[in-house]
Amino acid sequence: MAKLNVNGRVVEIQVEDDTPLLWVLREQLGLTGTKYGCGVAQCGACTVHVDGAAVRACAMPVSAFTEGQKITTIEGLSPDSSHPIQQAWLALDVPQCGFCQPGMIMAASALLAAHPKPTEAQIREEMTNICRCGTYNRVIAGIQRAAGISTSG
Amino acid sequence: MNAITHPSRRGLLATVSSALGAFTFGFHAPLVKSAAAQSGNAVPEINVWVVIRPDETVVIRIARSEMGQGTLTGLAQLVAEELECDWSKVTTEYPTPGQNLARNRAWGNMSTGGSRGIRDSHDYVRKGGAAARMMLVQAAANAWGVPAAECSAANSIITHGPSGRSTSFGKVAEAAARLSPPTDIPLKDPKNWKIAGKSVARLDTADKLNGSQIYGMDLRLPGMLNAAIRACPVFGGKIGAVDSKAAEAMPGVKHVLRVGDNAVVVVADTWWRAKTALDAVNITWDEGANANASSASFAEVMKAGLDAPEAAIGNRNGDARAALAGAAKRVEAVYGYPHQNHACMEVMNATALWTPERCEVWTPTQNGEAALAATAEASGLPPARCEVHKIHLGGGFGRRGAVHDWVRQAVAIAKQIPGTPIKLIWSREEDMLHGRFHPVTMCKLQGGLDAQGNLVGLHMRISGQSIVAGIFPQNIRDGRDPVAFQGLNASGGEADIGYTIPNLLIDHAMRNPHVPPGFWRGVNLNQNAIYLECFMDELAHAAGKDPLAFRQALMGNHPRHLGVLNAVAERVGWGRPAAPVNGQAVFRGLAHTHGFGSYVAACAEVSVSDKGELKIHRIVAATDCGHAVNPQQIEMQVEGSFVYGLSAALHSECTVKNGRIEQENFDTYQVLRMDEMPKVETIILQSGGFWGGVGEPTIAVAAPAVLNAIFAATGKRVRHLPLKHADLRRA
Repeated sequence: MAKLNVNGRVVEIQVEDDTPLLWVLREQLGLTGTKYGCGVAQCGACTVHVDGAAVRACAMPVSAFTEGQKITTIEGLSPDSSHPIQQAWLALDVPQCGFCQPGMIMAASALLAAHPKPTEAQIREEMTNICRCGTYNRVIAGIQRAAGISTSG
Repeated sequence: MNAITHPSRRGLLATVSSALGAFTFGFHAPLVKSAAAQSGNAVPEINVWVVIRPDETVVIRIARSEMGQGTLTGLAQLVAEELECDWSKVTTEYPTPGQNLARNRAWGNMSTGGSRGIRDSHDYVRKGGAAARMMLVQAAANAWGVPAAECSAANSIITHGPSGRSTSFGKVAEAAARLSPPTDIPLKDPKNWKIAGKSVARLDTADKLNGSQIYGMDLRLPGMLNAAIRACPVFGGKIGAVDSKAAEAMPGVKHVLRVGDNAVVVVADTWWRAKTALDAVNITWDEGANANASSASFAEVMKAGLDAPEAAIGNRNGDARAALAGAAKRVEAVYGYPHQNHACMEVMNATALWTPERCEVWTPTQNGEAALAATAEASGLPPARCEVHKIHLGGGFGRRGAVHDWVRQAVAIAKQIPGTPIKLIWSREEDMLHGRFHPVTMCKLQGGLDAQGNLVGLHMRISGQSIVAGIFPQNIRDGRDPVAFQGLNASGGEADIGYTIPNLLIDHAMRNPHVPPGFWRGVNLNQNAIYLECFMDELAHAAGKDPLAFRQALMGNHPRHLGVLNAVAERVGWGRPAAPVNGQAVFRGLAHTHGFGSYVAACAEVSVSDKGELKIHRIVAATDCGHAVNPQQIEMQVEGSFVYGLSAALHSECTVKNGRIEQENFDTYQVLRMDEMPKVETIILQSGGFWGGVGEPTIAVAAPAVLNAIFAATGKRVRHLPLKHADLRRA
């Protein structure tokens, strides 16, 4: 059994200790916005926040978390898609198929929380999520827009 | 009729956003609405493409699948343009494959591949919109007792010019739905477009920002069980022995089953438990005849094909062999392109429910009708008793179109557990091992130059795998795969060579390995453009000519090819050196091709450090697709295609050892990430008069443009991909 604080609520879950957080979110809690992409922390589709930092939920057993740690999923990032990253994504039509985008948005919002004005090099270095549709340039532009960085010229 | 409302809308949101977000679908609702109710009087269907609700909502039906390429938006723009509706009132829905079957294919082809969503259906979807407008206008005219010719429609409002009276689409929709459809349906001149041709925002973005977009993997039906599968990793192999005793005792496990003679399945309450238990099943495989096959052994087969006397001819004029024999200078090179996996971010999955009377499948598919056929075949039921509900795709790229192997598996599992919905999800490892792979080929090119450096003869011998032979063998005639020559065909088609060469021979020695091939975004244009465009660069260099000028001299009869090539050359300032970046010299390379009906060209700008590290700074790309329906979506497709093409060029390959694919996940199947992404500048030429596709063609020019730029930077020709194997330090 595990006790988790997810999107501001404490929930008790009956599950094997080694179950990855990803599958607890998806199958026990029905939070399917967090995606399975690789299962080996390579692609970032499962990215969530743990106490504000980006974590790849597919590679973390649920037993590694305590009730005191605040887990935020894409569903809990904002009540109405009003987070600056979500707003920038909407303005620039960033997603294509969209499957990787919850993870991309969670990674980007954690990046901005740590570095409110990231350089482009920093964005390219820190954002290691995979997108096969190829939204990378719009992700970079979206982060810059959310950070209020002018990219004219 | 059951219409599936595109899952980005309405009912779904309310349930998903509740509390923690835990949700359960009603079995048919809200995901699948009963459209018998919809198409009744309360919600009139004007025609198969257009439903106008009393609240003025315009529902546009989309037969093609949305997988990120923006077809929902682009096709809706075309219908809305002719309908003259209020764009802000537009929503979309998919008709189901079963409805298409029941209504005599009223929605036409549902196949979504070959960049054909718009280029193959623009005419009939625009006519659908125009016919609906004509009926709405007629209904208003009838109500007013005036000639329809005195009335016009704009922004969902119908106005009678002489009297100034007006009404709305929603008010007359019911009457319009009862009218006979018009037979003569004129269409607008594209230069008068107001919605089409504009960079309107996508209709499907909002739900992709907060986790509420539902993909196949996210489905949950009441009483549903989850399945994890493992098929024999050697293609063609079978199950030998299975010991599942330990797995059966594990938490949540309900069944351990076989699918056909080559796959073992664990069905459990959750997918994670099913997958965990599957890992505990001890399977001995009977690996069969391919157990010793390898990429190295197949390379020898392809090499032999490069010089084989027999080959199917794709394009020929003059006498290339004689011209080569008499040439003042001959150039020869051999290139190769490896197997690739589509590696969609969403792994293959399907949910199936089988009873002796009926079989239903929910799945992300690029071709609902092919999925329905696969469902019928696997279920043992006639197609009329089957239905497929198309769910939003987490990537397609060709994997989810022609072959529905995962659907057959899901149905085969569900058939063993009647009445229980089964959601089958492949692990990433299963997805990597059991793809339908980009074909593996090699190409030997021989070119002859005269004393002035003019190209007098070219022989291009392709050796290797045929997709068509693997998937549609009935389309192979006399050993010739017509798709093998994409981008190399004689003029008049949708994928033609852009050069006039006095003596030309392009042929293909088909050599098929045991690895199953598939249509992979860009298909054969990918490697064909690399082979031809890199070799043209080699020839230009051998002739002592500028690569642009050398090409231009051969392109006089190919003005649209030349148009895109000149557009990129002009934009980058070809002929003047590129500005250094961070002290590193920048070098350029060019490529162009024609595929999926569009003309495309690219110029790449790269640096290579003393250590041989490649940096792609910028790619300028031009596309002439005739009519451009949504320029912003075209830009996104161009950028995205480069990520796909450059992933393959730089990093990705699937190699075979002991009969199986060696790369099982993204740790060994590396793809392009943000740190390597170049800036992309897209030029859209709209020469008009034709409709070209945009999802795929530009992939093919990314790699050769980069390879040619690398040569300019280093003097090294990289002829075998991926680039990660090449030492790029200056020679």
